[in-house]
Amino acid sequence: MTLDQLEPTHRGRVTALTAPAGLLQRLMQLGLLEGTEVECIRRAPAGDPIEFRLLGYALSLRRDEARFVQVEAVS
Amino acid sequence: MSVATAELGVDEERLPLIVTVGNPNTGKSTLFNLLTGLRQKVGNYPGVTVERHVGETTLGGRRVQLVDLPGTYSLSAHSPDEMVAVDVLLGRIGDLGRPDAIVVVVDASNLRRNLYIASQVLELGIPVVVALNMVDLAESRGIRIAAARLAEHLSCPVVPLVASRGKGIDALKSTLADTLKTNPVPFVSFSTTIRHAAAALARELAPAGEPLDPYEVERALIDEGGYAETRLQQRFGAAAKAALGGVRAELATGGSLAALDARARYAWINHAVDGVETRGAARTTTSDRIDRAVGHPVLGTLLFLLLMAAVFQSVFAWAAPLMDLIDGAAAATSDWIKATLPAGAIASLLADGVVAGVGSVVVFLPQILILFAFIIFLEDSGYMARAAFLMDRLMRWCGLSGQSFIPMLSSFACAVPGIMGTRVIADPRDRLATILAAPFMTCSARLPVYALLISAFVPARSYLGGLVNLQGLVLLGLYLLGIAGGVLTAFLLKRSLLRGPTPPFLMELPPYRLPNLKSVLYRMWERARMFLVRAGTIIFTVAIVVWALAYFPHWDATTQRFAAERAQAAQTLSGEELDAASADIDHREAATHLEESLLGHIGRAVAPVFRPLGWDWKISAAVLASFPAREVVIAVLGTIYAVGADVDAESPGLVARIRASEWPDGTKVFSLAVALGLMVFYAFCLQCAATVATISRETNSWRWPAFAWLYMSLLGYLTAFVVYRLAS
Repeated sequence: MTLDQLEPTHRGRVTALTAPAGLLQRLMQLGLLEGTEVECIRRAPAGDPIEFRLLGYALSLRRDEARFVQVEAVS
Repeated sequence: MSVATAELGVDEERLPLIVTVGNPNTGKSTLFNLLTGLRQKVGNYPGVTVERHVGETTLGGRRVQLVDLPGTYSLSAHSPDEMVAVDVLLGRIGDLGRPDAIVVVVDASNLRRNLYIASQVLELGIPVVVALNMVDLAESRGIRIAAARLAEHLSCPVVPLVASRGKGIDALKSTLADTLKTNPVPFVSFSTTIRHAAAALARELAPAGEPLDPYEVERALIDEGGYAETRLQQRFGAAAKAALGGVRAELATGGSLAALDARARYAWINHAVDGVETRGAARTTTSDRIDRAVGHPVLGTLLFLLLMAAVFQSVFAWAAPLMDLIDGAAAATSDWIKATLPAGAIASLLADGVVAGVGSVVVFLPQILILFAFIIFLEDSGYMARAAFLMDRLMRWCGLSGQSFIPMLSSFACAVPGIMGTRVIADPRDRLATILAAPFMTCSARLPVYALLISAFVPARSYLGGLVNLQGLVLLGLYLLGIAGGVLTAFLLKRSLLRGPTPPFLMELPPYRLPNLKSVLYRMWERARMFLVRAGTIIFTVAIVVWALAYFPHWDATTQRFAAERAQAAQTLSGEELDAASADIDHREAATHLEESLLGHIGRAVAPVFRPLGWDWKISAAVLASFPAREVVIAVLGTIYAVGADVDAESPGLVARIRASEWPDGTKVFSLAVALGLMVFYAFCLQCAATVATISRETNSWRWPAFAWLYMSLLGYLTAFVVYRLAS
């Protein structure tokens, strides 16, 4: 599953990143790297971008960026 | 000899330099203000438009210099803007020199992400103090941090703080004083392999004698595709790029060096934080509860629209009493001058040039203050990021991102800071499209023009029991028109001249905070001062020049001709007939003087160009005079009508004078059609020398500002023509 498929209030753990170089570094520096737990908070009215919570802060990502983050469901 | 001594003297006197670094939304600026007081110097770094905040303070009896760097999540630079942080830390900004100590401001409630930049700063070989800010907020969320143990892990002092309430400042100051004395360099290093490779590559790339900091090469190695790499390539050519690629492949076989580096840092951070941070059960904060309403698809969108509508309604309604007050005071001063001084050039200059000209611009200060109060409040409360979250999809439709939203919104106050704010947009195409769209946003200088024309020609009808009025609706319509112009411009540019791949959009949504009243007021005052200084210099100058153009040559022959006519009327007429006749003579005398004036000649020369828009030569002259700064049109109209209209009438105010203005055949010049056309012209036309100059500096060319000016001016002319034809 990729991060953009995570439903609001659901949690996932990052397993891999498939982003191209520049985006990959930005995502990882913001804490989106293997092992980080991410919760989907809400989607914007148009379904995009999506607000996530990780490491105790809220981050907005577009669908096209969240797609590069592989996650496994966490109950 | 003397020069050498002087240089030596400067060197000896150089104050120790302390730099504050940290993520956005960590209270870094608050801390900087606390350390330096409000007497800081704000300027720009050379070549870029990043604001440079420099201040001074005393630490342990020693004067030190402080520099506040812009908030950033890491030292990996993707734009010239972000590279400023690296350049300051490496001492590459000429007059600052290398820092003697670095304060990393860290949000205690969000320790892990905040320590990322700390991990980078700790490697620089410069003494570091970590300011652990907002410990109160962290504790309210059940987060406790053992500062002493964290200090052991980081190998640098950690000082807990609540900067917003001034708690812990003394401890931070004495720690900094000790640090400057003992100079303890932290011993943190993540990859000696990368470091050695960077040093070797620096020696290989730079010809003997040419300085190249190995850290710059290290950044270029790690930040693949970043600005450090671009800069090396600009300096040393394509060979640099190939060399970097080769070393990267060697160091990170099959993987990404950036990813290896980030993983190593977070592993170190997790190890450090696991032992020092205790978290209670996660609680729902007030901020979360606000977000549930604000983030709701229907409720949140409604709230956004309501907020924007409330801003525009209040700008009009609340400011009115204050504006009346200023208007009255200006008129009274004008009358007093005319009553006190003998009639002539000096009295006319003071009353009609100085007081009328500047007074009619200052009158709009209340509106500008109210608008800025809203913008600053939205920014400081954290709502601005939510607005960007909400608007991103819409902005993307015109090819931009939510990142463009903030510069665009700032442009509602003034396009100059808005255009300068586009430096945060990493993608050059997005940035250029935003720069060219920003001047369409209704800036505070357009507001007086709209306010004048609306109050003169749009009836003050109220609907829904006074909640909504027609004048407010027209103003909202003009704001929407500006947005539409900007959006369409960006849309067309991103599909033609500026086509390219979509850049990423990652944005933190900071917790909601109650803005600090003192800082809101301080920034409002800054804006008001900027407006007044502008009103006091450019506008004042233009007002005087235009007064002179409208007053001179003031032929004596004309004055004598009307004096003779007046004498004749006094002999033949009496009573009310005489009064009417002298009023008529006064009126014709003023009109003749104006027609014979320099402005009259210029206005008539260009009037044919504007005739299709329904403008007479007075409007044409006023519009021409306002090309350097559009708000000047008010002062010019004020001067033209004060000089040309019935001066002795009981000071009917500019609105009444404009309404009464007539063509030679007796029909009114200003119809609703002309007023609407004029408003649309001002909505689109680029009448601002400061904006043109800023576009030129930001795009480093004359091509783009020339394009923007021609495009916007033609668009203004054509739409004004269409609106005038449709409405009349």
